[in-house]
Amino acid sequence: MAETLDLSLFVRHHEGTAHMDLAVEGVGCAACIRKIEGGLKRIPGVVEARLNFTNRRLAVDWREDELAAADVIAALEDIGYQAHPFEPERAEAEEAQHMRWLVKCLAVAGFAAMNVMLLSVSVWSGNLDMSQETRDFFHWLSAMIALPAAAYAGRPFFQSAWRAIKARALNMDVPISLGVIAALGMSLVETAGHAHHAYFDSAMMLLFFLLCGRTLDHAMRRKTRAVAGNLAALKADFAHRFEAGEVVRVPAAALRSGDRLLLRPGDRVPADGVVLSGTSEIDDSLVTGETARRAAVAGAAIHAGSVNFSGTLTMRVTAAGTGTLIDEVERLLEKAVTAKSRYVRLADRAARLYAPMVHATAALTLVGWLAAGASAHDAIVTAIAVLIITCPCALALAIPAVQVVASGALFRAGVILNAGDAIERLAEIDTVIFDKTGTLTLPEPRVDNAAKLPPDLLERAARLALSSRHPLAAAVAREARARIPCEGAIEEAGQGVRAMIDGAEARLGKPAFCGIPDEAQDASGVSTIAFSHAGRAVTLTVQQKTRPDAAGTVAALRARGLDLLILSGDRPAAVAPIAAHLGIADWRGGLNPAEKIAAIEALKAKGRRILMVGDGLNDAPALAAAHVSLSPISAADITQAHADAVFLGERLAPVLDAVTIAADARRLMQQNLWLAAIYNAVAVPVAILGYATPLIAAAAMSGSSILVTLNALRVGVRKGSSAEPAGALATAGAP
Amino acid sequence: MNVLVYLVPMALALGLTGLAAFLWSLRAGQYEDMDGAALRILDNDDMGDNTQGGR
Repeated sequence: MAETLDLSLFVRHHEGTAHMDLAVEGVGCAACIRKIEGGLKRIPGVVEARLNFTNRRLAVDWREDELAAADVIAALEDIGYQAHPFEPERAEAEEAQHMRWLVKCLAVAGFAAMNVMLLSVSVWSGNLDMSQETRDFFHWLSAMIALPAAAYAGRPFFQSAWRAIKARALNMDVPISLGVIAALGMSLVETAGHAHHAYFDSAMMLLFFLLCGRTLDHAMRRKTRAVAGNLAALKADFAHRFEAGEVVRVPAAALRSGDRLLLRPGDRVPADGVVLSGTSEIDDSLVTGETARRAAVAGAAIHAGSVNFSGTLTMRVTAAGTGTLIDEVERLLEKAVTAKSRYVRLADRAARLYAPMVHATAALTLVGWLAAGASAHDAIVTAIAVLIITCPCALALAIPAVQVVASGALFRAGVILNAGDAIERLAEIDTVIFDKTGTLTLPEPRVDNAAKLPPDLLERAARLALSSRHPLAAAVAREARARIPCEGAIEEAGQGVRAMIDGAEARLGKPAFCGIPDEAQDASGVSTIAFSHAGRAVTLTVQQKTRPDAAGTVAALRARGLDLLILSGDRPAAVAPIAAHLGIADWRGGLNPAEKIAAIEALKAKGRRILMVGDGLNDAPALAAAHVSLSPISAADITQAHADAVFLGERLAPVLDAVTIAADARRLMQQNLWLAAIYNAVAVPVAILGYATPLIAAAAMSGSSILVTLNALRVGVRKGSSAEPAGALATAGAP
Repeated sequence: MNVLVYLVPMALALGLTGLAAFLWSLRAGQYEDMDGAALRILDNDDMGDNTQGGR
């Protein structure tokens, strides 16, 4: 393929050297690192090549005058790896920065907590025979460590609490910040007054535990974000653009309105536009869910995501939003997104209930002791002890800990979360709505009668099909076990491919091309392709098949007590057999995006909480309107952006796993909240009565934190049901 | 108890050294690729490079 590849979009320049980031497929072992880095560094002009094994990304620097970006990718292909250039997202860089900041805070808090605890233990164990000077010395030393450390390491909480207060809201960070500041302030005053007890250790330990939770949460999110970024790079489309009479291959992201593109059979339409010349059939199944192909002639509007089926077309890219369908989808999307009420997370709901209660209890303690005749000093100390001991260590860890373990379990099941609160919303659903095309069925058509064909013929047909770009041939090629193309295959435009196999000519293509009388094709979305070899000929039927485990997954979802529906954009005649096969009685076909939303709104009005699973462009508004949404990785880009989570692989099981894991997670979150409440119910009376010495506070706080964390670990423990990692995950960067 | 006068600062200095070392390793990007580091150590083909002052 002697076509120019233009990758300037992905290359960054710096003083004569160029830099590019690539997502690499198929990296799996230690030897890969050496093969890739060593292989690249041997090429003259390459300055540096560094593979990050954790996220399967390769950073390459080369001297611009000696090498081009396309050469780097070609070199990698020679070594045996598919690499996809990749635009590092701004959000990812910011997250990396935030992560480093959190880890720095964690390190400082850990250092301070350990040293202060060392001093505190000495005070507790020596309090009987320790001289006052020594105790004061230890307390002042603790203050000198704890105050600067808390000012540094507490910033994630202080900043978040301040933001919440400025917005006149309450989050969990408000009571945390208040507790820490009160503990440090009171301890400082007590130290100045030569008192027996100071709470520096409690404050630092609290910060350390909470930072642990927050860092883990963030690390998990970064990991899924990295995998999602790689998958996007793997999926990214290239377009063939006419530039001064030459066809140049450019990434779809570089296309501008007005560009003229060449679309060959089997190409995915990279951008919205109109056909300029040529005739072909267009497969719109990713856009509207319609499985029957439509004719495309000059002047027809075509949408990004459709597949050009049979002929070569030239098209012009038009500005987004001029196509009638895209227009409607975007208008509906905007409406659905603005209408969506902001979901209040469980942790914030708990904080709203909890913070006023804690502060009222502390105030009542103060008033109570004053009324009972205690000195103002003693009353304040006791009230602050209540604040410290109720400082929501367990409560603040209760939910993030579960979240981390649950998103890890989801990740292993092949579900990548887009939204942080998706787990909580997933746990609340009572209705699941499926799209048909590409969701219940596989995104690409398959050979339907493969089982009935002679295996040797099928294998040869599949090997021959590897040489053709036609979508029907691609379906046949998927049946191949060995992915070795036939040598010397010749493609005859509009007819098929032929090649010599074992000394006899083999042909794959239109039935007439293979010497079989052409049958009348019906409009049911079933296509036929024929294969002949050495006098034997077979007809292969190709059509959309349901995902291999669809029936089992649907049955399991129903067994969980969920209502199931199909809302499809495809013709009712195409939906009925699938609905019957899966046993879903409630289905509707031929819906446009507005009608899908109307159906969802009607259910929502009845108080249903809906999980929408869909992949088409026409599903995007419905996904945004539903309570929570999932889409397969093959979905249209806009659709994926509006889904709360994306699932990988050919199977439908990740939908079931997502629902199961989320339900488990929610149960454990609630359990954890109860554990934290019980802890408070025991600890608060002790504090109110004035028995909360620093030793008791430290033991109670660490005990409860460890308890909720251990409880959270139970999310992943459940039988590894169907947690077989999807193939895409392994190549895209799973551990 | 006079022993505390030099023991406590010493203990703190040791702790701070550890903290500084950790912060340095964080800044140097040693935690960017944890899985890769575990595998790179198995690769002994870089021995020759090292003697020539390789990376």
